[in-house]
Amino acid sequence: MQPYLDRELDEAQMREAEAHLDGCSYCRRRYRFEVSLRRYVRTAAAEKRMAPELKERLSALRTPLH
Amino acid sequence: MSEPTQTEARRIAEEARDRVRFEEEALELSDQVFRVARHLVGSREEAEDLMQETYARAFRSWRSFTPGTNLRAWLLRILTNLNIDRGRRQQRAPQTTSIDERGDYYLYDKLEAAEGKPLDEERVIEKLSQGSIVDALAQVPHDFRDVLVLVDIGEFSYADAAQILDIPIGTVMSRLHRARRILKGELAEEVVK
Repeated sequence: MQPYLDRELDEAQMREAEAHLDGCSYCRRRYRFEVSLRRYVRTAAAEKRMAPELKERLSALRTPLH
Repeated sequence: MSEPTQTEARRIAEEARDRVRFEEEALELSDQVFRVARHLVGSREEAEDLMQETYARAFRSWRSFTPGTNLRAWLLRILTNLNIDRGRRQQRAPQTTSIDERGDYYLYDKLEAAEGKPLDEERVIEKLSQGSIVDALAQVPHDFRDVLVLVDIGEFSYADAAQILDIPIGTVMSRLHRARRILKGELAEEVVK
C-alpha cells in the first residue's frame, strides 16, 4: 500500500492496486485512513513557520551588488 | 590592470544577473526548506542556525547548481549534510532501535476499536489533534525520521530523497516504512487511551 500511496508504482502496478481497492473494503478503509493521516501530518508540520527575522537574515546573506 | 573588454564586461553583468536570480529563487523556497528543517532537528533555534548556514553555503557555491534542476532538493542536500557535520552519527549506520514496532494498521485498528464503528475523516482528524505530531515525530529515530520528513512533509519522491540523503532508494523505502509504523505507534499511545 505504501508505494501506491506515494504514487511510486508503475502503471501496471497502479491498476492492480486500484482493482484490489475497488473490491476490498478492508483495505479501502485503511487506505483512506492513511490518506487522511498523511494530509494531517503535512498540515500539522506546515504550522511551523519561519520567523520574519529569520527571513530577513537570510535575505541579508545575498551577495551585495557593487 | 587594463579595463575589461566589452565581452568581459557583458559576461560579468550576465553572471551577476544569474546570481541575483539564483539567490531570489533560493529565498523564495526558504519557507518550504524551513518546514523540512524544523522537523529534522529538535528545536526552532537549531533549525534557524541550520537555515543560515545552509543559505550562506548555497550562495557561496551557487555556480555548482545546474540551472533547471531541482533547487529545493539541492538546498536540502546542503542542509542535511550540514546537519550531519554538526556531530550526528553517519547516515549509513542507523541506530539500532529497541522500539516495539507495531503493524501498519495498528493505529487504525485501535482508533476503530475505540470508536466502535468505521472511522470517518472528521473523526480521525479530531482524534489526531488530541496528540502532538511534533512529539510523536521526535520519538522516531533520526535516520528513519529524516526519510519521513523529506517524503511526507517535504513531499519529495523516493528518488529525490535518496539523492538528498545519499542512500539507495531501497533504503529510503524501508526506512520510510519503519518510520511511518513507529510514528503511528507513537500517535496511538497519545490518542487512544
